[in-house]
Amino acid sequence: MARLKFLCDADRCIECNACVTACKNEHEVPWGINRRRVVTINDGKPGERSISMACMHCTDAPCAAVCPVNCFYTTADAVVLHSKDLCIGCGYCFYACPFGAPQYPKVGNFGSRGKMDKCTFCAGGPEADGSKAEYEKYGANRLAEGKLPLCAEMCSTKSLLAGDGEIIAQIYKERVTKRGYGSGAWGWKTAYREGIDT
Amino acid sequence: MASLGRLFRLALGAWALVLLVALAAPAQAQQPSSVNPTASSVKEQQLLQELNRIQGRVSIPDARSGVLEQPQGRDWRYFRDVTLRWIGGIVILGMLAMLIVFYLARGMVKIEGGRSGRTVVRFNGFERTIHWMTATCFIILAISGLNITFGRPLLLPLIGLEAFSDWSQWAKYAHNYLSFPFTIGVIVIFLMWIGGNIPNKVDVDWIKRGGGLVGDDHPPAYRFNAGQKFMYWVVVLGGGAVAATGYLLMFPFYASGIEGMQIASVIHSVVAVLFVAAMIAHIYIGTIGMEGAFEAMGSGTVDVNWAKEHHSLWLEQQKAREAAADARSAAASPAE
Repeated sequence: MARLKFLCDADRCIECNACVTACKNEHEVPWGINRRRVVTINDGKPGERSISMACMHCTDAPCAAVCPVNCFYTTADAVVLHSKDLCIGCGYCFYACPFGAPQYPKVGNFGSRGKMDKCTFCAGGPEADGSKAEYEKYGANRLAEGKLPLCAEMCSTKSLLAGDGEIIAQIYKERVTKRGYGSGAWGWKTAYREGIDT
Repeated sequence: MASLGRLFRLALGAWALVLLVALAAPAQAQQPSSVNPTASSVKEQQLLQELNRIQGRVSIPDARSGVLEQPQGRDWRYFRDVTLRWIGGIVILGMLAMLIVFYLARGMVKIEGGRSGRTVVRFNGFERTIHWMTATCFIILAISGLNITFGRPLLLPLIGLEAFSDWSQWAKYAHNYLSFPFTIGVIVIFLMWIGGNIPNKVDVDWIKRGGGLVGDDHPPAYRFNAGQKFMYWVVVLGGGAVAATGYLLMFPFYASGIEGMQIASVIHSVVAVLFVAAMIAHIYIGTIGMEGAFEAMGSGTVDVNWAKEHHSLWLEQQKAREAAADARSAAASPAE
């Protein structure tokens, strides 16, 4: 089986936020929740870089390790998913996540947390693939349709890559060789304990 | 002739231009290969080494999501999954083991003089109501809190994912909502018993003589002895700490960022397990540990002999107060 990963080529990202918009629209994510976001570092200064970030679907995922009710599971393609039926909205995954991926709808009083929502790598949830229940809770299941995550598909500069880790790493390596530079795969060391040697 | 000369000059000029462009071209072609945009750009590893987090700007309204990476969640994860379970397990099981050994060795501390049959009021209705409100909240908060730390390894395998999730969901609601009466209880306890709980010289003597728990000594004490004073400050300071840190977690981002919440969670859970251990000891001494102790919070009155043995100075004060009250009422209602 493939080991699915995201890779954001920061030297190509132009902060157009198409990935953010595509994600919100594809999954009909509620107001106030962003499964993906684009962070610009050193904004307006020489050497600024923008990185599109969502759940990285970590190896040995911290969210799954700290969840008090064990609502996370990892698919055969190494996508980290969770069950909203089991989630109690305690916020612990958010304390442990290195990427700020878990999001909570404000459902209760005083902004208390509802059931957690995060990027699913467009792979839905535990419900039957493509079912209405799955769509309502987790959004579209593009993976089951043989498609890759829409954020990467929509990326205007093909900065954001999604797919088998080995293949996207190879694409990135070829780019770096051809253009002669690359600032590395952001977040990979934290998420997968390995970077890409270029 | 003149036109031929002009044409020649023009051709020469054009040649010179072509030559110039041809010479300049290699220099231009070489330039891009020497430019490396990443040399001057921000680098992930460097940023992480400097601050252990990477922060930038986002154009979506959620400004907090500008934090790109914060690997310190790993430390928090280790604390939650390993350190806390050890600390909690050791202090709670350790306290239970100590009390069992103590009970087997010492048994219930009896009223030496036997029951006198006469009682004296120790806690009035208001005090008992506050005590039991806080105590009930505490027990539910403790169980629902321990469930978050120990439920997954201990209870989940027994009842399954769905049942455990349902129970934990209700436990979370209870934990959040009962925090309010608990906090009010702690504040009222702080105010209503502060008078009797300032440490003084009598406490030093009481501790030196083992407080009557070790041996059969009965060191004098006012309304609260040193052990009870310790318990009072555990409730006031421990309760204050868990309440403050708990509200930081309950109202995310109102007062702190993610690091603040990680620290708050560490303080909250460590103080909470110590608090639970202390309360187990408190429950022990208030029930099977000592004869005549429970009724102080049960009916509100204690046996005079119990008061004589455990709170001799307080009993004297009470007697003096009663005598003074009798004298006043006698003076107020002249002889018949």
